[in-house]
Amino acid sequence: MLYSQKVMDHFSNPRNVGEITDADGVGEVGNPRCGDIMKMYLKINDAGIIEDVKFKTFGCGAAVATSSIATELIKGKSIDDALKLTNQAVVEALDGLPPVKLHCSVLAEQAVKSALADYYRRKGIDPEPIVGKIEDCEACALHPQG
Amino acid sequence: MSRFIYADNAATTAVSQPVLDAMLPYFAEHYGNPSSIYSIGRDAHTAVDTAREQTAAALGALPEEIYFTSGGSEADNWAIRGAALANRKKGRHIISSVFEHHAVLHTLKALEKEGWEVTYLKVYENGIVRPDDLRAAIRPDTVLVTIMYANNEIGTIQPIPELAGICHEKGVLFHTDAVQAIGHVAINVKEQGIDMLSLSAHKFHGPKGTGALYIKKGLRIPNLIEGGAQERGHRAGTENVAGIVGLGRAIEIACKDITARDEKVKLLRDALIDNLLKIKRVRLNGDRLQRLAGNVNVSVEGIEGESLLLMLDMKGVCASSGSACTSGSLDPSHVLLAIGLPHEVAHGSLRLTLGEENTMADVNYICEVLPSIIDRLRSMSPVWEKIEAQA
Repeated sequence: MLYSQKVMDHFSNPRNVGEITDADGVGEVGNPRCGDIMKMYLKINDAGIIEDVKFKTFGCGAAVATSSIATELIKGKSIDDALKLTNQAVVEALDGLPPVKLHCSVLAEQAVKSALADYYRRKGIDPEPIVGKIEDCEACALHPQG
Repeated sequence: MSRFIYADNAATTAVSQPVLDAMLPYFAEHYGNPSSIYSIGRDAHTAVDTAREQTAAALGALPEEIYFTSGGSEADNWAIRGAALANRKKGRHIISSVFEHHAVLHTLKALEKEGWEVTYLKVYENGIVRPDDLRAAIRPDTVLVTIMYANNEIGTIQPIPELAGICHEKGVLFHTDAVQAIGHVAINVKEQGIDMLSLSAHKFHGPKGTGALYIKKGLRIPNLIEGGAQERGHRAGTENVAGIVGLGRAIEIACKDITARDEKVKLLRDALIDNLLKIKRVRLNGDRLQRLAGNVNVSVEGIEGESLLLMLDMKGVCASSGSACTSGSLDPSHVLLAIGLPHEVAHGSLRLTLGEENTMADVNYICEVLPSIIDRLRSMSPVWEKIEAQA
């Protein structure tokens, strides 16, 4: 299996690793059974701009790289722009992923959405009409928790 | 200067110089077909005969009991499917273990679909089959027991002579996949009561794509590969002469001085295990003593195996893992699950398999780079965060 240079770069020097203690939204997706968990922290200002983003990931090289690139793609962007982030955009930004690792890009998209959903929930707004329903990724659906 | 440490000898080994020297003339010089009547054909035929004698001698078998194959997987497929078909009128029950290699497990799964019934013995936390479990599992319709000699992931050595003895008391055939054991455990098929044994050259400094099946004299199983009359009509296909020559030379070397070589490798293994166990929340997988001389398999809680391998690779260390990401499936290793590891811990496994070429300096280097890699991955792991919070 071969990772692109971009994937290896983001794996070896992941951007925005860590936590935000006073985050406005925190999302966690994946499950330890299938071997990937991503946790994303967002700091969002009153204008709805993502001022800061951090992540923590338990997973393979692709999981780390997709989390890292996703944080880069949404940092400084508006919520609306972040909501438009797709897993394909994550894959393209990394110059591709091996087919067996595509689910990691889905997880990265979901981590962003899950953190945004949490942001709305904290504001007392039902996130589902805005963020959509966050489905289990294909890989995780095969491994129900427990 | 960047270092390169090969610590994945259970995956494959380098072809050694004497083996390579033995093989080279059979590519472009003595390239004849062993079935041909002229001199270079006869040369090739003689070379295959010599390799057969070397292989037989290493196993305590007769040359006519050795059949060369394309590798360990073919030998496993042939032995199991062959024994099942040969005995289908007697019964359709086979016994194996839960942590066999996939060459065995997938052959058994295929037979299950074709009407055979298979009992998979447990291996417990230490990764060893219990003879009493085998005794209890044998039924009047049991025709074959197949248990690996040593496990490929956790290196645990199975009580093969005892298991074979139980089979013979009950008149059941006994096959063992000895792919990982050759050259590390003294094997004598006659003394140990083994009816069939699979081996693969590239695990003991021979070439890839060459293996053998030992079939006890008098035992008849149908062919897996039909065609020409090679291997006395039992395994068709023009012989991989250079490969077979390499296998013969490699097994001859591998089965000589096993004890002395193992003692040296064990020192390295034990130093590595002792050091790794000093790291917080690292556990050894498989029995500490009844394991192959070079096998180290640990689980590192809070991190995922593939990330660990990528970082070790950046430091020049070749290792492997039982994580899903490295198995090419969504599930972590069936071996680690079989010894009772939870999925998340199985994902964080690391296998380092040392050989005689490794040195204490290699072990020291691994022990030097690994803790900081583990710290780094843990510092970015939400799973580790939870483990720490619970502690």
